[in-house]
Amino acid sequence: MPPKALILFAPGTNRDLDAARALEQAGAVPEVVPLNRLRRGERRWQDYQMLVLPGGFSYADALGAGKLLALELQHDFAGPMAEFVASGKPVIGICNGFQALVKSGLLPDPVQAAAEAQATLTFNAGGHFECRWVTLLPVSQTCIWTRGLNEPIDCPVAHGEGNFQARDPHWIDALVASGQAALLYAAPDGRPAHGAYPYNPNGSAADIAGLCNPAGNVLGLMPHPEDHIFAEQHPLWTRGLARGSGLALFRNGVAYAGQF
Amino acid sequence: MPSITETLTEVTRFVIAPRTLDDPRSAGFLHDAHALGLTAVKRICCADLYFIQGRLTPTEVRVLADRLLHDPITHNVTQNLSAAGKMSAADCVSGDAFVIEVALRPGVTDPVAEQIVRAAHMLGIKGVQAAGTGLRFEVQGGGLSEADCHLLAARLLSNPVIQHYTLGEIEPSFPLPTQASDAVETLPIRALDDAGLMTLSLERRAALDPNEMHAIQAYYRTEDRDPTDVELEMIAQTWSEHCVHKTFKARISVERPGRPEAEIIPNLFRATIRAATETINAPWVLSAFVDNAGLIEYDGVNAISFKVETHNHPSAIEPFGGANTGVGGVIRDVLGVSAKPVAATDVLCFGPQDTPFETLPVGVLHPRRILSGVVAGVQDYGNKIGLPTVSGGLWFDPGYTANPLVFCGCLGIAPKDTHPHQPQPDDRIIVLGGRTGRDGLRGATFSSMTMDAQTGEVSGASVQIGAPVVEKGLIDVVLLARDAQLYHAITDCGAGGLSSAVGEMTSTLGGQVQLECVPLKYPGLAPWEIWLSEAQERMVLAVPPASLPALQTLCERYTVELTDIGQFEASGRIVVRYGQKTVLDLSNDFLHNGLPQRNLAALILPPRCPAGKTAPLPLHEHDYAAALLALLAHPNIASKERIIRIYDHEVQGGTLIKPLAGLAADAPADAVVLRPPDSAGTQALALSAGMNPEYGKLDARQMALNVIDEAVRNAVAAGADPERIALLDNFCWGDPLRPETLGELVEAAYGCYDGAVYFGAPFISGKDSFNNEYLGSDGQRHAIPPTLLISGLGLLKDARAGVSMDLKAAGNALYRVGAFAPTFGGSHYSLICPPGEQPPAEGVPALNPITRAVYRTLHAAMRGGLAAACHDLSEGGLAVAAAEMCIGGRLGLDLTLEDAEPLRALFGETTGCLLVEVPQQHTATFEATMSGLPCRRLGAVTAAPRLTARCAGQVLMDLPVDTLRNAFQQPF
Repeated sequence: MPPKALILFAPGTNRDLDAARALEQAGAVPEVVPLNRLRRGERRWQDYQMLVLPGGFSYADALGAGKLLALELQHDFAGPMAEFVASGKPVIGICNGFQALVKSGLLPDPVQAAAEAQATLTFNAGGHFECRWVTLLPVSQTCIWTRGLNEPIDCPVAHGEGNFQARDPHWIDALVASGQAALLYAAPDGRPAHGAYPYNPNGSAADIAGLCNPAGNVLGLMPHPEDHIFAEQHPLWTRGLARGSGLALFRNGVAYAGQF
Repeated sequence: MPSITETLTEVTRFVIAPRTLDDPRSAGFLHDAHALGLTAVKRICCADLYFIQGRLTPTEVRVLADRLLHDPITHNVTQNLSAAGKMSAADCVSGDAFVIEVALRPGVTDPVAEQIVRAAHMLGIKGVQAAGTGLRFEVQGGGLSEADCHLLAARLLSNPVIQHYTLGEIEPSFPLPTQASDAVETLPIRALDDAGLMTLSLERRAALDPNEMHAIQAYYRTEDRDPTDVELEMIAQTWSEHCVHKTFKARISVERPGRPEAEIIPNLFRATIRAATETINAPWVLSAFVDNAGLIEYDGVNAISFKVETHNHPSAIEPFGGANTGVGGVIRDVLGVSAKPVAATDVLCFGPQDTPFETLPVGVLHPRRILSGVVAGVQDYGNKIGLPTVSGGLWFDPGYTANPLVFCGCLGIAPKDTHPHQPQPDDRIIVLGGRTGRDGLRGATFSSMTMDAQTGEVSGASVQIGAPVVEKGLIDVVLLARDAQLYHAITDCGAGGLSSAVGEMTSTLGGQVQLECVPLKYPGLAPWEIWLSEAQERMVLAVPPASLPALQTLCERYTVELTDIGQFEASGRIVVRYGQKTVLDLSNDFLHNGLPQRNLAALILPPRCPAGKTAPLPLHEHDYAAALLALLAHPNIASKERIIRIYDHEVQGGTLIKPLAGLAADAPADAVVLRPPDSAGTQALALSAGMNPEYGKLDARQMALNVIDEAVRNAVAAGADPERIALLDNFCWGDPLRPETLGELVEAAYGCYDGAVYFGAPFISGKDSFNNEYLGSDGQRHAIPPTLLISGLGLLKDARAGVSMDLKAAGNALYRVGAFAPTFGGSHYSLICPPGEQPPAEGVPALNPITRAVYRTLHAAMRGGLAAACHDLSEGGLAVAAAEMCIGGRLGLDLTLEDAEPLRALFGETTGCLLVEVPQQHTATFEATMSGLPCRRLGAVTAAPRLTARCAGQVLMDLPVDTLRNAFQQPF
């Protein structure tokens, strides 16, 4: 049985179908589910083996990107979200979904966040929304989504608030050391971006593009691997230089979900 | 009335300020202040303001601050009761620092405030009644005066149309709860004389002429009563230029100097635009001109719809809101044919960015502000609704300073034959989406009037603010409702609001509406305001009663508001009631067929110089390299990357040839190639555009041919089949009552006919916008240049046959194909050339009859895999095209010209020509394929990144690609 993926849908979600397509290609059976259907019990969390918080502008990103969705998850769905995460099933938050996971405290570490928020995704250092292709290095063996991936992933970013910053800058070193920094921005040749624009497009600390929880089953990332699942999406395909499909990431997640 | 407000003591004020000193938003304001000439400003610190109305406990205040309003990692929060801490202007000055605060005027839609109330209630803080937002600026600078701060606030930090500001702490205002209103005025039209009729038209800003007022008067005389204000407003909207295109359908008497008899055109639209489509009679056009958007065959399963609208006047007075709702409006047009929106386009025309303030007419915003506001508006809507904004254009001309142009396009996809459009008797009239306020009242007539210095003030209520996420909900629900066949007809609420949408849907049957059922943002709207409001994000559906519960379920799932406001009935009349009171009762026949045809006069003057005519250039030395660099840096040609990148052009995953091409994605693509995710086959679409107001100033008819050629050529360059290109026309013109202006329109429309028929490229949709003029305080009328945007929608049989414009490999050959006949008439070279060195007066480029064959054959060569890159010659001529290809590939070109006038060959402009890069092993095949057609090998791609052009043994220019790129990336 291919795993079923629950794609959460809030007002303003808009990359749900992009994620659904990628998951389908990777072998899962995705279903886009409006939060209201979960609220009313028309759909049940436990019927799914994977959870996806897709990109978009939930609630128009009023008061900060992902903020109101995070509040709703904390307020109306705290139990099922915590259970899903604790069950070890794979969870991925992309762009707005990542912002919601961070702002609700589920990333990078719910235990620490319970006391006080430790990290955030704030306005890009450039001061504006930006859409461009980036190169990502999968560097974590802790994260079940990036485990075993050796090749860089090319895919677009499209956000205005993707700048990862922590209350305590030293804490970021710990995230890197523990393998929670799962995806790093890099130059096209695969060398670390070292903060240099445009390879690190938003000024994120330690070039962090994606993060996982300590257990490694929850990944959040700003870029959109779901928008690079076939060669002709790559900006250099007309030069014969397409590479680094985002499908690798989804295949990992789907394979892992198969055990549940 | 809307302006009644009060300040309540129970308002808590929160100030959210960034912790870091290098906050990018504040830096942006400082940069803009300097760009506007306010160089005394040394620092601006920008903070967000939130006002929360309602009695709150200290704990609740803390919860709101910490959990909702600020991000503790990056921002600080302070709060106090608003009235208690009020500072006067004098208090806020300390040394060289000033405080300026800005808030929205009451009644202006504030989506963030709505979310605050919702979220506060979710957090259990039920005492929150209302919320408001604002901005606080702490401004520092040596020698700054209070007057400087007023200037800064008025020029940069606020727009009086939607906001107010104070020096010091601002007082928030909330609309007062008022009683519902059923006030209806009767307008005694039957007794009025001609002067009285025109006074009435002016007073109601109805934009109706004497003939039209007479027709209304005659109708009411036969009805034996006088109209209500609701009726007159609805007639004015239904009969507006915006809704019925009176000019294009007018009877036009055309005079030409030297011809004794006037020629009569009974209906310009039928004679030109529609005639072209009928003559071409392409089997793949599924629908043209009948609905909100044209439809073409795509992949056997799906149809593609495309519509381009303008939102010029609203963008002039409130750039962000105007452009924002322009995008929202055209998306609803596509949703109005039951299609899924899959891409957005934007073409923008502004005044020069370095226009001195002193030269601006009274009441006109600075072009820099208009540009940044419009771009932000397009960005906000497109990105938030999840549409890739893929193609566009930007044109600067002093003629657009007071009257900018904002063209917004939307592409949609839907399975064929799934769009229902026949309401049935007893169907319910259902409104989906946002609530109704005073937004955009009289937008349709407003857009049909000439702007004057008072426009911003009088039409303040015309400003619409968008809520893209609400419209996203509409898309989600409507597409599911379409698939479940829950409705019989659908239309969008655009200009004229419900009056226009419901009026259009009931035009074949009839129907009745209960206005008090319409959900309002705030009470107190008069019936005519509810009926006419242009509140955004609403669709009207004809729903059979049996399907209503299923639609309701969908709406609840997606958090979309549904309201039943009446029913369709076979009465031939539209009747609107407010409670028991009938406020409108009009016969469909009068409303939809009663508009008298306009009689207009046109004067056609021949162009000063016929198209294609050139004159010998004076012999003297030229600095070719300097000219090329100046052209690359010209604002019309220079890179638009800084705008393109703030639009999400990747969402939905279908953008295959992207707007930015090449190794470093910084070269301009000819056309974008899209394969929407719902595509059923291998096909893809090419989106292109053609526009050239410089040609329009000289020769409107030939301009139309040129821009059609450009739209076709751009699509062909990206790999589209030249025999499968559909066109859209958008005319933005001055006042058609001026005979010369109308003459130019007639010429351009005939040019459209000629061009479309020549290429076999039918028009499927179009729109016109007139009275793009401005009455300055000097008493002079300023008209925009005649502007015709042609949007091209091309088909690629296989997405993988797409070709990009960046050079691919050293050693490849570069060819110029097409009939090369460069001229300097309307050229960009003339724009960058110092006055003393101007080329002689010449005609604009003429279309060579061989062009269609060139495109067809080139396309065959491209399909055969012979082209590694292809780029068209347009503004700036051959040299600019070659430079852009070098930038794209970070490779060089070594070109040899054989032309007698190298200046003309490099920088003259021509129709019908492209540069094609051909791999060495394919050159023989390519030349054989192109044999008999104009095709010349100009040189080769070089590994050394330099653009070298030679002629007769002489090096004309030899420039490093980095130098070209630096010029191209000059900020405009």
